[in-house]
Parts: sequence; C-alpha cells; structure tokens
Amino acid sequence: MIETAILGAIGIITVAAAVGVVATRSVVYAAVFLLVSLVGVAALFLMMLAEFIALAQVLIYGGAITIVLLFAIMLTRAPEQTNVQDNAQRPLAAMACVGLFALLVAAALATPWRTRDPGADPMAEFTALSELLFSDFLIPFEIASLVLLVALIGAVVLTRSGREGA
Amino acid sequence: MTVLEFMLILGAALFCLGLYGVLARRNAVLVLMSIELMLNAVNVHLIAFARYVIGTEAIAHVLIIFVITIAAAEVGLALAIVLRMFRNWETVNLDRISTLQQ
Repeated sequence: MIETAILGAIGIITVAAAVGVVATRSVVYAAVFLLVSLVGVAALFLMMLAEFIALAQVLIYGGAITIVLLFAIMLTRAPEQTNVQDNAQRPLAAMACVGLFALLVAAALATPWRTRDPGADPMAEFTALSELLFSDFLIPFEIASLVLLVALIGAVVLTRSGREGA
Repeated sequence: MTVLEFMLILGAALFCLGLYGVLARRNAVLVLMSIELMLNAVNVHLIAFARYVIGTEAIAHVLIIFVITIAAAEVGLALAIVLRMFRNWETVNLDRISTLQQ
C-alpha cells in the first residue's frame, strides 16, 4: 500500500517535471526540470529493484548529460533568447501527442500481458544482467564502447576551432 | 490499475511530452532535452516489462544499459553539432537553420 503511494508520488513528480521541460520559456529552467524528471526516473528504477540501473541513470543522466546540456546552453546564449521558444506548429503537435498518448494508454490497458510474480530478490536480476552482459551481449557491449569513443572524437573534431577543423 | 499498467501509462506520458517538445520547440538544445525525455520513457517501459512480464527479465536490463550508453554518445555529438551551428549562424533557432553548410 505504502509502496503504491510512493510509486504514485514519484510518477506525478516525474511527469510534472517533464511538463515543465516542454512548457517553460527559460532554457535553464528546462534543464533543471529535466534533471528532476531524470532523477524521478532513477527513483522509478529503484522502486523496480534495479539498483545498478538507477545508479547508472543518476551518474550518466543526472550528472553528465545535464551538465553537458547546461554547458551548451551557456555557450549558445543568443541575443534572441527571450523570444517565445515554440514554433507555429504547436497546436498540431499537441493534437498529435494527445492522440498518441490515448493510443498508447488504450494499447497498454487492452493488451493481455502475461505477467509474472515479481521476485523480491534484487541480486537475482543484477547477477543475470552481469552474466548476460559478458556472455550473450559481449560483442554489442564492446561495440558500445567503440561507439562512445567515436562519438567523443567526432565531438572534438566538430567543435575544434581554427581553419583546419572547418 | 496494476503497477505494470501504471508504469506503462507513465512511460507513455513521458514519451508524448518528449514528442511534443521535439515537434513544438524552436531551440535546438530544448529539442535535445525532449529527445532525452523520450529515451527515458522507453527505459521506464523496459524496466516495467523486466519486472512484470514473462520472458523479458534480464534482457530488458541489458537494453536499458545500451539505451543509456547510446543516449550519452548521442547527446555529446548532438551538442557538438549545436555548438558548430551556433558558431556558423549565431543562432540555435531550428526554424532559421536549414542547411549544415556555411
């Protein structure tokens, strides 16, 4: 019972912060709202007994990505920053999103999910994750590190100033 | 409403808010934030499936790890492109930027 209440509270905070991200006029406020939403998702991971993923979420999203976004905001301070941040297709976009949401909710409620009784042992899923990551998913795992390296080099090359980098 | 359905509806709400941000926002950095919201919505769905649906237990956890990794790579690269655009045009307004050339 108390678990349901906590889950509901986390869900409301997460969605409210996400509304803040897409509704606020200030880019910096949007970044702060995004941080709240991402930490809310990390709390959801904790409620689902996925401690490792919650930790990764806080480290990578809450730490790295938010900081990088804030850097980008500060480096792209244009004089026009006070303008409205939304474009003309806003009503159309809102309609499309409400429609998609209705569709997704209908699908989620109509599908006969083959549910299982969730285990209470957090170590079981953690052990399974680490075993899978280093057996069946070893090659994708290594390729992911290559992807990160290439993205890093690409970012450095793209942002390098000077004539030879252009 | 079961916890699974609650999590699915929550993820759907996050995804639709992110989609709205991608479609309606003008600032490139705000569009990137909305994409992060959508990626997180997918992760919420995956963790719900991992816990409550048969046959997805650990695979979903692996997928979440990969989604987080790719999101980190994506945001770094995309922000590099945004900075490059800002240097070339002095703006990050997506309505005013139509090419990547100088």
